[in-house]
Parts: sequence; C-alpha cells; structure tokens
Amino acid sequence: MRRNVQVGLTINGEAAEASFAPYKTLLEVLREDLDLTGTKHGCELGECGACAVLVDGEPKLSCLVLAVECAGKSVDTVEGLAGGAKLHPLQAAFADLGAAQCGYCTPGILMTAKALLEKEPKPTRERIKEAISGNLCRCTGYQQIFEAIEEAAERLSTEAARRNE
Amino acid sequence: MRLPWFEYRAPKTVAEAARILAGEGPDAMLIAGGTDLLPNMKRRQVAPKMLVSVAGIDSLKANGSVYGAGLTLTQIVNSKAPKALRQAAHQVATVHLRNMGTLGGNLCLDTRCNYYNQNYEWRKAIDFCLKKDGEICWVATASKRCVAASSTDCAPALIALGAKVKLVSSQGEREVSLEDFYNNDGIDYQKRRPDEILTHTSIPPVADSCYWKLRRRGAFDFPVLGVAAAMHEGGVRVALGAVASRPFLVDKANAFLKGKQLTDEVIDEAAKLVASRAKPMDNADLDLYWRKDVAGAFARYALRELRGDDMHETRLRIARQIV
Amino acid sequence: MKVLGKPRRRVDGRAKVTGQTQFADDIFLPRMLHMRLLRSPHPHALIQNIDIEKAKSHLGVHLVLTGKDFPVSFGILPVTQDEYALAPEHVRYVGDPVAAVVAKDEQTATEALDLIAVQYRPLATISTPEEALTQPEPRIHAYSELGNIHRLQAFQFGDAEEALKNADCVFEDVFFYEGNTHLPIEQHAAVAAVDGEGKLTLWSSTQVPHYVHRQLARVLQMPAAHIRVVACPNGGGFGGKTDICNHEMAVAKAALALGRPVKICLNREEVFYMHRGRHPVLMKFRTGVTKEGRLAGMHLQTLVDGGGYGGYGVASTFYTGALQTVTYDLPRYKFEAARVFTNKPPCGPKRGHGTPQPRFGQEVQLDKIAEKLGMDPAELRLKNLIKPNSLTANWLKVGSIGLAECINQVTERSNWHSRYKKMPFGRGLGLACGAYLCGAGLPIYWNKMPQSGVQLLIDRSGQVTAFCGATEIGQGSDDVLAAIIAEVLGIDPFDVRCVTGDTGMTPVDLGSYSSRVTVMMGNAAIDAANKIKLQIAEAAAEQLGVSPERVSFANGKVFFENQSMTFGQAAGFAEEKFGTLGAVGSYKPPRAPGRYKGAGVGPSPAYSYTACVVEAEVDPATGWITVPKIWIAHDIGRTINPVLARGQVEGSVYMGLSEALMEEQVFRRLPPKLSGALVHKIPSLLEYKSLTSLDMPEVDTVLVEDPDPNCPFGAKEVGQGPLLPVMPAVANAIYDAVGVRIDELPITPDKVLRALEKKSKGESARVGPERFPAVPYPEPVVVPPPWEGGDGNAVQGHERTRLKVSSA
Repeated sequence: MRRNVQVGLTINGEAAEASFAPYKTLLEVLREDLDLTGTKHGCELGECGACAVLVDGEPKLSCLVLAVECAGKSVDTVEGLAGGAKLHPLQAAFADLGAAQCGYCTPGILMTAKALLEKEPKPTRERIKEAISGNLCRCTGYQQIFEAIEEAAERLSTEAARRNE
Repeated sequence: MRLPWFEYRAPKTVAEAARILAGEGPDAMLIAGGTDLLPNMKRRQVAPKMLVSVAGIDSLKANGSVYGAGLTLTQIVNSKAPKALRQAAHQVATVHLRNMGTLGGNLCLDTRCNYYNQNYEWRKAIDFCLKKDGEICWVATASKRCVAASSTDCAPALIALGAKVKLVSSQGEREVSLEDFYNNDGIDYQKRRPDEILTHTSIPPVADSCYWKLRRRGAFDFPVLGVAAAMHEGGVRVALGAVASRPFLVDKANAFLKGKQLTDEVIDEAAKLVASRAKPMDNADLDLYWRKDVAGAFARYALRELRGDDMHETRLRIARQIV
Repeated sequence: MKVLGKPRRRVDGRAKVTGQTQFADDIFLPRMLHMRLLRSPHPHALIQNIDIEKAKSHLGVHLVLTGKDFPVSFGILPVTQDEYALAPEHVRYVGDPVAAVVAKDEQTATEALDLIAVQYRPLATISTPEEALTQPEPRIHAYSELGNIHRLQAFQFGDAEEALKNADCVFEDVFFYEGNTHLPIEQHAAVAAVDGEGKLTLWSSTQVPHYVHRQLARVLQMPAAHIRVVACPNGGGFGGKTDICNHEMAVAKAALALGRPVKICLNREEVFYMHRGRHPVLMKFRTGVTKEGRLAGMHLQTLVDGGGYGGYGVASTFYTGALQTVTYDLPRYKFEAARVFTNKPPCGPKRGHGTPQPRFGQEVQLDKIAEKLGMDPAELRLKNLIKPNSLTANWLKVGSIGLAECINQVTERSNWHSRYKKMPFGRGLGLACGAYLCGAGLPIYWNKMPQSGVQLLIDRSGQVTAFCGATEIGQGSDDVLAAIIAEVLGIDPFDVRCVTGDTGMTPVDLGSYSSRVTVMMGNAAIDAANKIKLQIAEAAAEQLGVSPERVSFANGKVFFENQSMTFGQAAGFAEEKFGTLGAVGSYKPPRAPGRYKGAGVGPSPAYSYTACVVEAEVDPATGWITVPKIWIAHDIGRTINPVLARGQVEGSVYMGLSEALMEEQVFRRLPPKLSGALVHKIPSLLEYKSLTSLDMPEVDTVLVEDPDPNCPFGAKEVGQGPLLPVMPAVANAIYDAVGVRIDELPITPDKVLRALEKKSKGESARVGPERFPAVPYPEPVVVPPPWEGGDGNAVQGHERTRLKVSSA
C-alpha cells in the first residue's frame, strides 16, 4: 500500500522528475528530494509565509501544497531568481538595503515580491505592505523590505526602459 | 510536521468525485485548496484514508451568473461578486492562502476552537475534547454540545446576500439557502453530508452590501467577529459570523430594520439588537467580553457603510488596508 | 574612516538573497537518520516506567533513548545544572522531553513516538508565582532556596528607606509585564555526525557554540577536544538560541551510538516549549522625588516567574534590578528580587534580558511623576540624566552617554513640544528612554581567559581570512568583523573572508548574547589586525624607503605619498621578511569596580542609550489602538554599517511594539477539579500574535554617535537597547491620548476600554495589577554607594543575602 508516486514538473524553468511518498508537501519534496533548500519553513501550517514559492506564477505556501498536485505545473523558487550569476534586481536591492537580516524569511518574501512586481510594476507603499503581509519577518521591522521592493521596482523599470530604447 | 499517509484521487468531473465519495464512505474527504484540511491533518485532528481532490474539476470554476466552489478567494476578490463577498474574501488569511483557498473550502471550513486546533501532543495533554477523541468540552465544561466557532468570512457575507448553494451527490442534487446550511453545533456544523459536494453558489441581486471583520492583525487571523449587511429590495439583512458555531441572520434586527430609513437612531437601535445576539466564547483570540462589547460598534460600521457614509478612515484603522 | 559609517551591502548579503545561506535544517548528509522527541503530557509528574520495546521494534526505527542514557545533568549557569537531555524521573512542564526516537525518516519516528508507553504519577501543578510562594510542596526542584522559590536576592545601596522618608513625594506603583517568546522564524535544528576519526561534530542553530561545546563534553562524558560545535547562521535568535537545548544533547548521543548522521528539527509547538523567553515579572516601584523633580531614592521589588528550570534565570533575575541606575542619577537604591519555579516551559533571556520589564515600570512611573510635578516628561528626564564617566549607586562604571542628544532628536522630530498634551482626545504622544549593556562584563563560567579571540590568516594573494567564534544570527556580526579588519588594513570588507562560530576552527568567543559581539569581537579584531599591520608596514616601509609609521593603508593599497603597492604585494614583502603571516587578537573587558557578591551582573565595557517617542490613536468607543508613527534615536557610539544599524533599531522597534500590543506566552490551567493540565494556550505562529507588515507603523530612526573609549572605534551595541523604551512609550502615548493608565503588558483594546469605563464611572482610570504579594525577601547585601564613602565592597556582616527564616 505504502508506495511512492512519480511526478514530473517544471522547476525554475527546467523539467524535473521526483518520486516520493504521496503525503509529502511541495516544501518537503523541494528540500528533501530535489536539493532545493533555499525554500524555508517556519511553521509548516500556513501561518508564517517562509515557504512561499510561485506555482504557475502565483505565490503559494509550499507547506500546504501537496506535491502530487504539482504534476505538470511550473514551480519557481529562490534558486531560480537570479539570471546565472547576476542577481535579480529584487535580490540586489534586498542585499544592498538591509532587507535581509537573518535571511530566513527572505526567500519567501522575494518570491512574493516578484509576483507583485510582475503584476504591478510600480506598486505604492500600501500595496507592498499588503502584498507581503502574509510573510512574517521577526528581524527587520519591515521598513527596509518595503524600501528594497520600491528600489527593485525602480531598477526594473529603468532596465525595461533601457531595453526599449 | 508530516501529513499522515493517505490515498489520493483526482477526478475530472463532479460526477466522478461523487461516485468516489459514495464508494469510500466517510473515510474519504474532499480537498480543494487544502489550506484548512492539511493543517488539520498535520495536527491529526482528522486523518482521512483518502483525499479526493476537486482541484482539477473545471465546472467548479464557474465565474459569472453563479460562483463555482473551486474559485480561489483571490478570484472572488477580483470577480464581479457583490461587495460584501469580495470584502470578506479579501480579508481571509493572507495573499498566499487566498491564492490557494477556495470559496467552497471557506464555506465548509471546519469550526475552530483553541482547544481543538492544536497538535496531537497538546490535545493529549488535556486528555482531548468533545470535538475530537474526548469527553468534555473544555470551553464550557457543562455543555453537551461542542461550542467550536464558525470562522468563515464568506458565509456571513453570503447569508446577508441571500445566497444559495448547490450540493451534488451520486444520489442527485439539491439547492439550499446558505442560512439553512449550518447547524449551531461545533461538530455537526454543516448540513452537507460526507458524500455531497458543494459545487457552486448563486447570489440574488442586491443594491449594496458590506462586510466588517474583527481580528487582531491586518493579516493571517481568523475572524473573532464578522458583521455582514446587505440592502435588498425587501429591506436590510444583517448576518453575524464567528460568534457561534454557525453564521446566522440576525432576525430581530432585520425585522426591526424593515421599512425603516437608516437614521442614526435606527442604526443605534439595530446595532444593539445585533450585539445582543453575539455570544462569543473563550475559545478564540482576544477577550471574549470585549468581543461582545464591540459587536454593536461593528454593526454600526456596517449599517453606516450601507447608508453611504464614508467609512474609509474607520475601515483603514480596523482592516489596516483598503478592502 | 574609509569603511565604517558608510552604507554598504553586508558581506554575507548575497548568500542570504540567493537561498545559499546554509541553516542547520538545510544540512543533508549521506545515510542521515531523523530524530523526534517524546514529551511529557503532564505539567508535573514522576516517571514510574517507560516501555520502549514496541517502539524499538517498529519498522524503520534505529534507536530509542530515554533518561537512563543521560546520567549527567547540565545547565547554562554553573549554579543551575538542573536539566537532563531526557528527564530521568521528574517532568516539570508539558513538553519536557522524556524519550527520543531515531528512525529512517521523520514520519516513521513520529509513528514510533506513539508506541512508547510511559507511566506517570502526577504531582500537584504549580501554575503561578502566587502558588509557588504559598505552596512549598511538591517541590519542583530540591535545590531551590526556599520551597518553590528558586532564588532570592536583596541589595541595598545606601539607606533607600531614609531617602524615601525625606523625599517630597513618594510614588508607589505596581506593574506587570507578561512573559513572551522570541519567535524566530527558523525552528531550532541540529545535525550530529561522527567523522572518519571518530570525533563528533554538531551543527546547530545556536547563538552560543562555545557553551554548547562545554556542556556536550560534560553530558556525553567525552573529551572536549573530540567535539566540534558549528553554529550555523541562525534564522533569528533574539536570545532563544542562547541556552543549551535538550535536542542538541540527544542528537549528539544518537550519532555517537549509531555511527550515522542524525538530524532533528523542532516543530513550531516544540519551539514554544524550548522557550527560554521573557520572564513574566510583577514589579513594585517606590520612588522618592524632590519637588524640583530630582530622584532621591528607589525601592524596587520584583517577582519573577521562572518556569520549570533554572536556565539563565538567576542572571535574568539580577537583571530585573541591575540597570535601573545607569540612566538617571539615583542616589540611593534598594533592590529585592525573587524567582520562583512553576510548571511551565523555562524562561530565560530575550532581547534586553530581564531589563525591559523594570524599564517599562520605571519609564511609566517617570511619566506619572512628571505629570504630578507639572513637568514635561522630556525635561524631567534631561534633568536627572546621569553624567558621563561616572559611577552608579550599585557601582557600575558608565562611559559615554548620548542620551540627551537622543531625547532632543526625538522630541524635535516628533514636534513633541507643540503636540504633547495638545492633541484632540484620542490622539497622544508618549516618551521613554532606555539603556543597555555592550556585553556582559563577566563570562558565564568563572575564568580569566579572553572573552573573544580573533585569528587572521594573510598571504601574498592579498586575501585575509578572519577566524572568530562569534555567531552570525542575522545581526551582521560577520559584517562587523570584516568591516573592522578592512578599516584597519585599508582594504575592502569583501576582501575579508569570515570563518566564524566553529569551535573546531575558530578561537573562542562566548557567543551572540548580551550585545557583546561588536565590542568584544571588534576589540579583538583590532588587536589582531594592528599586529599584522605593523609587520606589513615594516616590510612595505623597507621597500618604499621610509619609516614604518609613515606608511598608510587605504583602498587596497599600502603607500607613502605617491609611491604605492597593492595590499597583496605588501603582504608578500612581509612574508619574505617575517615568514608565514598570522596574528591573533583577544579581548577581555576591564575589571568592574563593584566588589560585593552579586556585583557580577550589570557591569559592561559601555552602555548604549535610546530615546523614543510613540504616537498613538485610541478609539474611545472600542479601545482600538493604532500606532501611526514612532521616532527613535539611539546612541550607538559609532556606526559601523548604517544599513545594518538602522535594521537593528527598526527591528527592535518592531519587536518592542509587538510586545507592547500583543505578544504573550500564556498558559491555560484547566479546571483543577477536572484536570491537572496546565498547557501553553497558543503554541502556534497563528495564535501567538506578532505584527505583520500591515500592523507596522512608519519609523523615523536617528543614530546618535557618542564614541565610547572602551569600544572598537567607539562603536557601542545596537541590537537590544532600542527595544527598551518602546513599550513604556506606547503606554505613555495611550495615556496622553485618552487619559488611562495601562500598567501591564501587553496593552490590548479590552484593557483600554475597561479603563475608559472605569474612568467614566469616576473610578481609578487604570488597569494593572492591584497588589504585590508578600515575598520572604532576605536581609540585603549592604553596599554604600560611591558618594557615601564606599569602596565597592559590602559592609562587614552584610556581605551576602541572608534569609530571615532558616527554613519553611
């Protein structure tokens, strides 16, 4: 009875396959079966946001997603955020502006912020606050996180403008 | 924390899902977004042998004249649904959980209690409780009935709106007014049988509606009070959530409001009637006497918003965001 | 300054944003097994029997451990070695570990926990300090000082009673500060493995690898030289990872027994049981003032709820009185404290360790004093500020004090003088101050060795590797290390590689606690860097044909006027001249002037100061509290990296506000007639409330720089001090808004509404503790303050606290 399931999915743009017990969550499969430990956990009950990843582009909590339900889906984690060695503007801004202190909630916030900026390239401070209100941070007091997301939005729009020239 | 072992099925149609449920009996449970069920399974509050996922059933995603149970709460927020439902959905949990949790899931949300929503080890330390594996309701030790609180935001909104839900099983289908869907019993809290699937909800047209939620923080928290109000042709309907084991219409207040202009005096009187029906228990966040004390204030906020007052500042203070 | 004071990306910043920072639970080793702990479901009981046979034979289980496997106790303080990795016979709170299962995976280990049959004999539950005071039996610990009173302390610095008698006004207030917990987002994890030589390595989310190292050697009864403890970067600490944890001992023992790597990661509920967080403290302040508003004397009594074990508790209890003297001139001071045992998870140090509770009381009482005397609260504080470079009544040596500037900054920026007491009903401003240690003066166990050591490796490539036992818990200690070395050697911080928190690879540093790292590691780093700089300067000077003093180091160059060479070239010349390069530096704080028994808690190389103004809005109809803005100014001495310093200040504001408004570690006692249960009310991240981004106000942060000569480049601490004034400033702002005093934390809307109702009925507009129970405080240690002819010693015949009653 206790048999693994086999699932194929796209992780950070690459096709991946994994075999795991059906009770495993996406979080557990990412960390334990696919060596992607960048995604963290703080409660495993959907109460902190540390495990947020993008599933088909939408921020979701990997601790409450059954991995078996991700068959054929596209999952993005912090490991795929940088383009090669070059940091994503969100990553660069987080590092430069003190938005990552202990760095534990950081991957979840980065992925959540990425989804926000893809939908709203120039969010107001209020929208940023709302977008990351499902990610608890115990270190920063959030101010430098807000500023880093604003800075990243700025850098992204400059980059986009340069590309359009 | 690991989920227990279970068998997993993912039917493509409601009929197929209904067939599986009929065949497996109560050991099988439906899973949609999983945001309520999976934490409960991790804490061993429930341990279904089989999970029947409805995530892949396209007909549950209807988003127009009816709202499919499989719509995520984010999709509800962005839909053309009446304001009360959008405000309610917007204030559920967090961005991520709204991208996962569904309308159907929120309506069927398990009742909540500080003695029940705990790990197996914690519940063992109190020798369990009436709702699961135990003999005593620790909230009200003399109570024969479980007093776990209904904690859905969408249900009071939809009740005020006069919504109906459709239930489908292998035996057939039926439509129920949402106000009749719930029992005031923390264990047997819904009239949906284990073999039935809530497939969609239909909402009659209303002039205006709103939902006010009391919770400690701007995100995450379940309601400890929800007040929904809707302006119908026949009058105002006010519904309360999170102050009993079921969400309910406040009949006395609604009868009082019938045919009246929403003057300050009428609103005050109606708010008193609403508050008198709020019976919070000491099994959720915040002081229960205070929660009862402020029920009137929240009813006033709702009725004033319905009247057309500018409640923007108040809402920002309470919800800490624009909803 | 080429590096210090300039905003920079932290040296470990890239790893943190790419997910490459390796936390303890991110370690996966070949053949690794998984451990889970079975915990007591009883708050207080004796273990009669444990049957592990069924669990042992469960498929996939490799090992089951019980208390029998751990005959040796441990504890962070030498005076309280009262814990066991697994309880051998006596369990003292719900969650006390009694057995450990090691299995092929977490799921299997969890299943096997349920197969262990433990027979308990329940004992009566001691749930509150009041019960602990009145019920000496059953005793939670046999070694406690009196019944269930763990420790009693009493000190008298001058005749405080006389000072109160002669004062124009005496203010008597009772305050209560509810316990709360650290809530780091990272759950504690540890991995243990035996290497090819048969030696043990433990990777753990700990703030104190050195202390874990010592205690592991004790508990496992093996040579410390064969144990290596690696502190992984912590996913938040806040003091929650400064104690020795049961699971660290258990996982190490299992790895040794099985010869395979073993991992444990606590679930969130278990983190609440590990706790060691803020002690609940009931306090009574009696403070005398002159009519001009000068403090004349203070008598402070505290009652500290310790939970089930000692931990840091004795130190925490000292800290509930040690720092009342370092902010304002206090000519005479009497302090009495008691810590009791209760059947709850043990308390310990959380950000501010023992001092936020009395700081809350002191700063709220000052607000009451100012009002009564008709003085502005800022004015009252400025008038009483202690002088720089002075001694306090309890013989603490205070250095630089930038507090006046801090007060001026926050009052100006908040328009205090035009808005305080002048805003419409429902809106208010509150002011409070605070002070904190820059490192505890004494180590936890008595020794005369350095408290921090730094070792440098430098070679012709120009690379600099710094080794130090300091632990990166998110605060940026690696960045401080790199920045200070870079400043001295004139190189870029990114050219310094930091190897830290590893007892097998790095010189001893006592750990990341008591805000000691910047000062102690920083001074050791300067010491080491200066030594190597001398050698490089001498070798470079030869090449440049000048005397070594004239050689400069900056921008990666070693130069004299327009002749220069790269830092790497200069290092190469030094290698030629002196052979392989290396240097060590160490630091030990100056000896403190206090000589009396008990003088060990409170001294520090320097003290940081903070002032804070909070704006609050209160809805009089519901008591609903909104905090739109907070202004804070912190005397940091000198800023090393303003980006990180601001982050520490704002993180403190966040945590302080969260404690002020909602955080509480509280328990439920089930009806005693039906049950003995005493359980944590809300061991979850959902129900233990902490502020979200939507609940966080705007923060205006100012760093005030008043360099302290004892500190590296004058830099003081910034990680803990800024939390202290936030809670009392919130309480004071609520008073200014609606005229009610909430003398207990957290301040919730129901308490505000209750106080408003009392006010409308003409009763006292206050919610808070009504009384302070009778505590059998002993005869105090009597120490004359410096200005009363003392020499730092106790008066003969009054050297130690003595119980008035010999036994209960």
